[in-house]
Amino acid sequence: MNRTSRIVVAVAALALAILFVAPMWRVDLKAPQYPEGLGLRIWINQIRGATPNGLNSINGLNHYIGMKAIEPDQIPELRFMPYVVIGLVLGGLLVAGFGRRRLLYAYVGVFLAVALAGLYDFWRWEYDYGHNLDPTAAIRIPGMNYQPPLIGGKQLLNFHASSWPDVGGWAAIAAVTVIFAIAVLEWRASRSAARPVVAPAAVRGLPGSMLA
Amino acid sequence: MSTRHRTRITAAALACAAAATVLAASCGRGPSSQAAGGTGDAAEKVYVAPGQYDEFYAFLSGGFSGNMPVYALPSGRMLRDIPVFSQYPEKGWGYSEQTKPMLMTSYGFIPWDDAHHPELSQTDGVPDGRWVFVNANNTPRIARISLKTFDTEEIIEIPNSAGNHSSPFVTQNTEYTVAGTRFSVPIPQADVPISEYKGKFSGTLSFIKVDSATGRMAIAFQILMPGFDYDLSHSGKGPSHGWSFFTSYNSEQANTLLEKNASQRDKDFIAAINWKQAEKCVADGKAVVTPSRYYHNVMGENQIATSEVLTSTKVLTPAACPGMVYYLPTPKSPHGVDVNPSGEFIAAGGKLASVIPVHSFAKMMKAIETKDYEGEVSGIPVLKYDDIISCEVKEPGLGPLHTEFDDKGNGYTSMFLSSEVVKWRVSDCAVLDRIPTYYSLGHIMIPGGDSRKPWGKYLLAMNKITKDRYLPTGPELNQAAQLIDISGDKMKLLLDFPTVGEPHYAQGIPASLIKDNQLRTYALADNKDPFGSKSEKDVNVVRKGNRVDISMTAIRSHFVPDNIEGIQVGDSVFFHITNLEQDWDVPHGFAVTGAHNSELLIMPGQTRTIVWVPERIGVFPFYCTDFCSALHQEMQGYIRVSPKGGAPAIAFNAPK
Repeated sequence: MNRTSRIVVAVAALALAILFVAPMWRVDLKAPQYPEGLGLRIWINQIRGATPNGLNSINGLNHYIGMKAIEPDQIPELRFMPYVVIGLVLGGLLVAGFGRRRLLYAYVGVFLAVALAGLYDFWRWEYDYGHNLDPTAAIRIPGMNYQPPLIGGKQLLNFHASSWPDVGGWAAIAAVTVIFAIAVLEWRASRSAARPVVAPAAVRGLPGSMLA
Repeated sequence: MSTRHRTRITAAALACAAAATVLAASCGRGPSSQAAGGTGDAAEKVYVAPGQYDEFYAFLSGGFSGNMPVYALPSGRMLRDIPVFSQYPEKGWGYSEQTKPMLMTSYGFIPWDDAHHPELSQTDGVPDGRWVFVNANNTPRIARISLKTFDTEEIIEIPNSAGNHSSPFVTQNTEYTVAGTRFSVPIPQADVPISEYKGKFSGTLSFIKVDSATGRMAIAFQILMPGFDYDLSHSGKGPSHGWSFFTSYNSEQANTLLEKNASQRDKDFIAAINWKQAEKCVADGKAVVTPSRYYHNVMGENQIATSEVLTSTKVLTPAACPGMVYYLPTPKSPHGVDVNPSGEFIAAGGKLASVIPVHSFAKMMKAIETKDYEGEVSGIPVLKYDDIISCEVKEPGLGPLHTEFDDKGNGYTSMFLSSEVVKWRVSDCAVLDRIPTYYSLGHIMIPGGDSRKPWGKYLLAMNKITKDRYLPTGPELNQAAQLIDISGDKMKLLLDFPTVGEPHYAQGIPASLIKDNQLRTYALADNKDPFGSKSEKDVNVVRKGNRVDISMTAIRSHFVPDNIEGIQVGDSVFFHITNLEQDWDVPHGFAVTGAHNSELLIMPGQTRTIVWVPERIGVFPFYCTDFCSALHQEMQGYIRVSPKGGAPAIAFNAPK
């Protein structure tokens, strides 16, 4: 890895630390009665309302459709996710420190795997909340589920729910994108270093294997 | 009365008579007078589009409603009616156990009063949007209302007083709010012949210290005054900071038929009080600690009101504190006394006077310095009218009462008899403009118009007589208010709207100084009510003798518990309802059949308690009275009442 790549990887890894000071994901609920807004802010270690008492209010509303109360204490991911993020930050710094390409490729792989696992886990929780409903709830609509979208918007009865990355999430996305791009550049650089008189056509190809 | 005015009134009366015969319509309400109200662009100026906010809050006194309605200007929309001195069943005010102590006095529990003058707290002479004070005229008290919650937080009784009218005007930094006796009485109260008014009756002027951080009130000292009627007040500011001015009438000291007997003298007095001098005298031990008994009621941060009974005040006499009181002769039973924004000029509204006298504070100080007195009344120096007058507004109209000021050097005075507002220049007393009001104008209000910083855009005229202004509603009509544009040279009528109770004075303030400081919910975590429930797991029903305490929760859309048994006829059942909501504007209500008091209206996070004494056996429903949610109609429960001595054990349903 060249010096610039190492600095960029270090900075990108450090940028992940934003997850400790800003929420990762945001779910916003819009309805006429809530001009002041209602929503959730999902951090790596907690779930809060977008407004003071917002979580309380959402749980209160959800009891009508028989949805389980969202109780952050009952979600184990919120306990270990901070360590995962610390691991990713330290991993990135190690990659930058050693400056070895193979380590970088491995890091990118782990990072992407963690991100995908996280998204899947998020979807799984959403599915559980949206489908596992109290059969004696006041409001029961056959065939209706209340799973919020993973990304994007959806109308759920009187609420329009939208789900998007928040500041911390965008930071993580930016970090993984930048590190991935560095990996690609490094891979291309390694190819050109091996074959200094490489034809331009070869450069156009993308890596067949991340670990090559 | 000047010839010109007599002519005008006669002409108007004749015109009315003519109109009545020709059109068979009530006088003054034909198309012609409709045209007199409102200008072409008035609608545009008062139109506040749906979802938009008004520019000003206006706090009007409720007068004989005892409360304080809040309006928005310029639209005239009513925002809220704040319960203050009167029981208010809609909000459970004075009925719930937590609020009942607020209405306690040395006379016992008083369910009503006559609220006259709202006064905003000030910092450096400018309304600061922290609190609004209002006086109770009948059973003398002052209330302080928080502008964070729009709820009454504190009520202090004023002892040694009767008819607390000249109140609760604040000093420049809300060091004090004041109180005065409109009705002089024997002080201390005594069983004396009324005919011995002269000699045995006195007035008091009270200075109530306001804590600058908490707003908490405490009576600092009372000044014992000759037995006149102390009518209205305003405090000095800028150069006159440190002084307060009180009008008085009945310097004749009549004790019967005051309308005639108290109108004999050409001049009565404004009492000018040097309260900084009074502070010195109190510090020097010149005040006499006098036994008295009065209540001080405070709504705690825990949302529970408590009463404290206090037993003495410090009383100063003018003789014991030279330099504290001076009398400024002022024509004909003066009513309002108003200090202009610079603090230099003091205008008085002599109800029966043909001029509006404007005293100069600088001249007053000079006269005091040179001790050039006209004489003394009960040892109080009387200054010479000609020495202290700045100018007189000549032929202002009839029945001047109150003056407010704009930020361009003008005064506006209400004219009760000629039913108009007259605009005049403070510097030379020249009349600049006049506009009729409908009808018989009492107080007027310009936002900040009694402070150092008037926001001189609108003037609100609060009238005493309504007659034909709106669709008729039988013998009793709501009072009428008119909004007048004072931004230009000519005053323009913009809007006319009915008000509740009888607004006396009012205060206005830019919305920006208040609207962002609002509390939205009480934090449930901070609920310290001994019978509050922080969750549905905390509810309980406990019997102690004849008393049953039910700690119940309310949240959309159910009560816990909602089935209660084991109650007996004649029990005192305390329903302690905690609203578990933590969402803005989701109060729950509570009512139970046959309750002799009121509903409860419980704000999120609050606990409120109502006592119910069942008188017959049966199963009685209770329900939420505030439409809280789609399943509000389902928010109900039952309480079973068994015969005395024959009840099953206490039982109730609740989550384990």
